[in-house]
Amino acid sequence: MSITTRPIDSSHPRTSKVVRPAWEEPRAPLEAGARAIVLFGMAALIVVPLYIVVLTSFSSQATITAAGGMVVVPGELTFAAYEQILSGGVVTRAVLVSVGITTVGTAISLVVSVMAAYGLSRPGSFAHRPILFFLLITMFFGAGMIPSYLLVSNLGLINSYWSLILPSCISVFNIFLLRGFFMGIDQSILDSARIDGAGDWRILSTMVLPMSKSVITVIGLFYGVGYWNAFFNATLYINDSEKLPLQVILRSYVLQGVSVPGQVSVGSGEVATLAVQMAVVIIALVPVLIIYPFLQKHISSGVMIGAVKG
Amino acid sequence: MTALDERRPTPEAPPADPAIHKAATARKNRKRRALFRRDRTLLLMVLPALLLTALFAYVPIIGNAIAFQDYSPYVGAFENPWVGFANFERVLNDEAFWSAVRNTLTITAFQLVFFFPVPIMMAILLQGLLSPRIRSLFQSIVYLPHFLSWVIVISIFQQILGGAGLLNQFLRDNGIEAVNLMTQPDTFLILVTSQALWKDAGWGIIVFLAALSAIDPSQYEAAAMDGAGRLKRMWHITLPALRPIIILLLILRLGDSLSVGFEQLLLQRDAVGAGAAEVLDTFVYYSGIQNGDWSYAAAAGLIKGVISVILVLGANKLAHLFGEAGVYQKS
Repeated sequence: MSITTRPIDSSHPRTSKVVRPAWEEPRAPLEAGARAIVLFGMAALIVVPLYIVVLTSFSSQATITAAGGMVVVPGELTFAAYEQILSGGVVTRAVLVSVGITTVGTAISLVVSVMAAYGLSRPGSFAHRPILFFLLITMFFGAGMIPSYLLVSNLGLINSYWSLILPSCISVFNIFLLRGFFMGIDQSILDSARIDGAGDWRILSTMVLPMSKSVITVIGLFYGVGYWNAFFNATLYINDSEKLPLQVILRSYVLQGVSVPGQVSVGSGEVATLAVQMAVVIIALVPVLIIYPFLQKHISSGVMIGAVKG
Repeated sequence: MTALDERRPTPEAPPADPAIHKAATARKNRKRRALFRRDRTLLLMVLPALLLTALFAYVPIIGNAIAFQDYSPYVGAFENPWVGFANFERVLNDEAFWSAVRNTLTITAFQLVFFFPVPIMMAILLQGLLSPRIRSLFQSIVYLPHFLSWVIVISIFQQILGGAGLLNQFLRDNGIEAVNLMTQPDTFLILVTSQALWKDAGWGIIVFLAALSAIDPSQYEAAAMDGAGRLKRMWHITLPALRPIIILLLILRLGDSLSVGFEQLLLQRDAVGAGAAEVLDTFVYYSGIQNGDWSYAAAAGLIKGVISVILVLGANKLAHLFGEAGVYQKS
């Protein structure tokens, strides 16, 4: 995995070179060492557990038995666990469900959010204040779990994939973030396009969208990660075990120790149960790892910082 | 900006002549209609988001009415008997509810002390690193867990600290009695906080790094020239620069004190037991969705929602008193 990053403040003169500014007193070696150890320790606390999980998922039954559980030192390596869970059955289906929900959900969320953000971005447009207020209130007052469940139930969406998409489809925060970005676009360019007779759909698709690729990408990635990681809405709205997304399967399989129905021959034969469990963790984690470099790039380029600052 | 945008009403005394007044309102209405015609495409674009918000955020607010009913899913919505505040009385007299409130507030307070300062310290440590390459590598590593789901995070903790996890493998190999930290109510507070730290402390530094990079380095230089040492510079330059963002985040956290990582707690509530791991959100979930006591759970949820709003407004007021901008401002 290659992680392309830009440091957060690349324009910062102090950090653009590895040279210490002239006025700063030299570091005591002890202090520099302590700092390095603390930072290295923090990074290790994150990397080492991930490494152990990955390694165990690729280990053979013999290696796992010899290690007495999680494997720290590489022994015999095998793809058996992955072959088993990806050759059909519960996990394979759950992966497909999660991929489908993530793809469709992200597309809908992005389209709705971008349209709303653009629709609210023209200064002084009709009724934009009450609409913003209407959206903003939902950030401060959540209706609560029970009425939301009853609503989804009354709409007949229990056991429908739409229950995993529609209720959490838009994030008001993301709409505000996009709107902030759109408002930063030079309005005089858009106004001259209007004078030339371009409608709003045209302005949005041919001028605003190309100018905001990076912010839209980052919001799309955030929506995507959200859909992929969602677990509670499925435990709430989906009873049909055939329709459960991967995170729920992961929970019942690894945390609740349930052997998932339909998953035959788990733990029997050559494939270790623990390796299979860790393989499910890794499969749930890989898509996030794949998009992470892209996210990183955009986070570093400051999109998020502006948003968090408000 | 077109002329239509300049329609701020000028505060003038109401005209004595009713005819003039009428003409003025007519003119205003005409302007509004023209504005509407101009912006109707924009409004159409906002419509899907408005409908979704109305349906999934506002309709359930009205749905909270069942907290005042004796709700049964088998009867039509308006045929449930109204019972006034009976459900609220039941909730407030329930020892389990108060235990959930205590657990929630304990976790919030504990994390305020042991989670909140960590990203600030990490950011300051990181800021002092001179090599940009190591800095960005470190950032890549510590941001990552934020994007992993709670199910994954807790699965990983289970494999390290759980009954069959790495820690116990090590303990058993060395002849020490094994402890399953994932099911210990006594240490649960520390466990949830370390999980939160593992997942989100790294991500938390991002805002502080932004604030730090906004500091003009010549301030440090001038201070150093005047003989301020490293600690003095941190105290007089770095920390004041972070103050607004620290206060903003504190307010957000205070307003959110009744929510403590719902998914995180729900995933572990059964393993640890309700005594330590039941918080308000899981209480609502178990009494409503699991036990089918809908009106009761809705009442508990409504109490939480209303108090949360009061907390947000209160925290914001507090920020204004301290002379800070707060989350929102009166316009």
